[in-house]
Amino acid sequence: MNPNTSLVTEEITLNMGPQHPSTHGVYRAVLTLDGEKVVGVENVIGYLHRGIEKLAEDRTYTQFIPYTDRLDYLAAMLNNLGYVQAVEKLMGIEVPERAEYLRIIMAELSRIASHYVMLASMALDLSGWTAWFIPFRDRERILDLFEMVCGSRLTLSYMRIGGVAADVPPEFVPALKSFLAELPRGLEEFNGLITNNEIFKARCQGVGRIDLETALAYGITGPNLRACGLPFDLRKVKPYGIYDRFDFEVPIRHNGDTYDRFVIRVLEIEQSARIIEQALRDLPEGPVMAKVPRVIKPPQGEVYHQIEGAKGILGFYVVSDGSPKPYRVHIHSPSFVNLGAFPVMAKGGTIQDAVAILASIDIVLGEVDR
Amino acid sequence: MLDIISSWGLPLWAVTLIRALVYLLGVLAFVFLNAIYLIYLERKISAYMQQRLGPNRVGPRGIFQSVVDAVKLLCKEDIIPREADKWVFLVAPIVIFIPAIMVYVIIPFGPGMIAADLNIGIFYFLAVASTTTIAILMGGWAGNNKYSLLGAMRTVAQMVSYEIPLVFSILGVVMLAGSLKTSDIVAAQKEIWFILLQPVAFLIYFIAATAEVNRGPFDLVEGEQEIIAGPFTEFTAMRYALFYLSEYTNLLSVSALAVTLFLGGWQGPWLPPWLWFIIKVYIMILLFMWVKWTFPRIRIDHLLQFNWKFLLPLSLVNILGTGIGIKVYQVLITGGW
Repeated sequence: MNPNTSLVTEEITLNMGPQHPSTHGVYRAVLTLDGEKVVGVENVIGYLHRGIEKLAEDRTYTQFIPYTDRLDYLAAMLNNLGYVQAVEKLMGIEVPERAEYLRIIMAELSRIASHYVMLASMALDLSGWTAWFIPFRDRERILDLFEMVCGSRLTLSYMRIGGVAADVPPEFVPALKSFLAELPRGLEEFNGLITNNEIFKARCQGVGRIDLETALAYGITGPNLRACGLPFDLRKVKPYGIYDRFDFEVPIRHNGDTYDRFVIRVLEIEQSARIIEQALRDLPEGPVMAKVPRVIKPPQGEVYHQIEGAKGILGFYVVSDGSPKPYRVHIHSPSFVNLGAFPVMAKGGTIQDAVAILASIDIVLGEVDR
Repeated sequence: MLDIISSWGLPLWAVTLIRALVYLLGVLAFVFLNAIYLIYLERKISAYMQQRLGPNRVGPRGIFQSVVDAVKLLCKEDIIPREADKWVFLVAPIVIFIPAIMVYVIIPFGPGMIAADLNIGIFYFLAVASTTTIAILMGGWAGNNKYSLLGAMRTVAQMVSYEIPLVFSILGVVMLAGSLKTSDIVAAQKEIWFILLQPVAFLIYFIAATAEVNRGPFDLVEGEQEIIAGPFTEFTAMRYALFYLSEYTNLLSVSALAVTLFLGGWQGPWLPPWLWFIIKVYIMILLFMWVKWTFPRIRIDHLLQFNWKFLLPLSLVNILGTGIGIKVYQVLITGGW
């Protein structure tokens, strides 16, 4: 009942159902609406649950690597990296230098590709049709680079326990250099079209604001947390691999709204490009795979390894019982945790805001549901 | 043409009837051919803006794409939801299409080429065009779908709000021409086009017209990423085709009106007048499409705020300025009050 008038109003329950142009995958949000205003949100997930963690118990350690691709399928290299580094920690394997540098290059390329998808999809959710094409056009070049290296574009399975699957072909480095040279121009075009657009800013600034304490209470990590003001990037705070050898900045914003979450990813693309340039410059020669036994049998024990994934902190908890197959693999997925804060961000806004907020959290259902 | 027919020696009512039929067929032919072409043009222009090709398989450069799409839509299954308000559901597509065609009656395609030169010309256009709101509201209600209802509510808010700056921007032109008749307005632009005398009114008209035809940054009625297809969600096959066609018919009519009011109608050197008319209409259409494919969508509360707090006061200021300008001009010309 509207307190201002004697008009009797009702709240309606609307399913932003599993089939919806803007839910970034099969995901349902049950919205309770008062007219256009969102009064309550309930997340319903599980539409893409494939039992990956259970399947892990029936595969050897190396056979599980393709499954990790399918978690955050937009940044497959990062998933691979987290998993193989976890198993290497468990076994105490040291990875050769060339493989480490190649891993950094691939991981950062994957991060850029994932951020491209987020930027394009968010623009599209706000009806910036033309803006969608620019990041995807640039992402095509990254996918071409991946195809050069491992034969596939999306589900890559490039990393192995002890190194990478194969060395890069000779045409890779020139192609990568030309991609890096043109990356700033693509970003400039995109920024001119969308990031600095009056309507886009009006749609995103002040929308879906979350303050730092609430964000920490919900366990949000990654670019979403850095948009609230906390400079927490695992690559700087607890460096893994050889990240401590690189010089890059961690972009921070302080408003915690949709616009900041968007801008941070634009800036992170530039920083990732910096890392790749440095890695290319310092790339040594050598083997790309350590001497590991044919059958990977880690000693009995458990390990939890975290990396800074594209969406936040990606963690792999591997328990081994001495056999060639893991006893338990648990995946701490950032999208699952970040999605938990969606109700509190979306409450009080309109439906259009809810769509923008969901896009800015940047979820991938493969990771949310596993 | 009237003389040719009356020379056949028919009674007056027959002559009038034949004349009306000829004009009706002419307008229908113009509208349908252009609407079909516009669908193709929009797809091609958006494609080239997005660095891709658009339809290029069906016919040379893909020009028969819309025809094939129309055939496809004709062959689709016509679904009426069980809980839909049946009568309203059946009538809504028709109600939206009729005003879309009716407004062409007062558009001058050339000297003397006007179906009915009403002396309330512009007023008739605005009155008939505003009934489109009812049709969209009917469509949104009849589908028995929450998304459609949301779209229908947005329609009413948006279209009713933006009519006012639209009318006021046209008022400036009417003040300059001194008449509501479209042929008078075109004749008054013999020396100078009104876009140069009323640039602010042109901008306001452009924005308000984009909102009225639910295009471009103001397409939240049909906001695909939020409410699927808004009021048109539950309509299939030919009903959906009528809604879709009416969108392009409306686009064509507001462009034609803009040409009549601001760009001098059919006037221009060397080329035949109707060709000038078509060229100018397509320039306007290109502007509309350019804006649509560049900007993201505006939010409903920003939309209404923009209208009531900015566009409406601006249009009132424009009328004030026009009034002062006309009086000053009169004083200068006649040398006295």
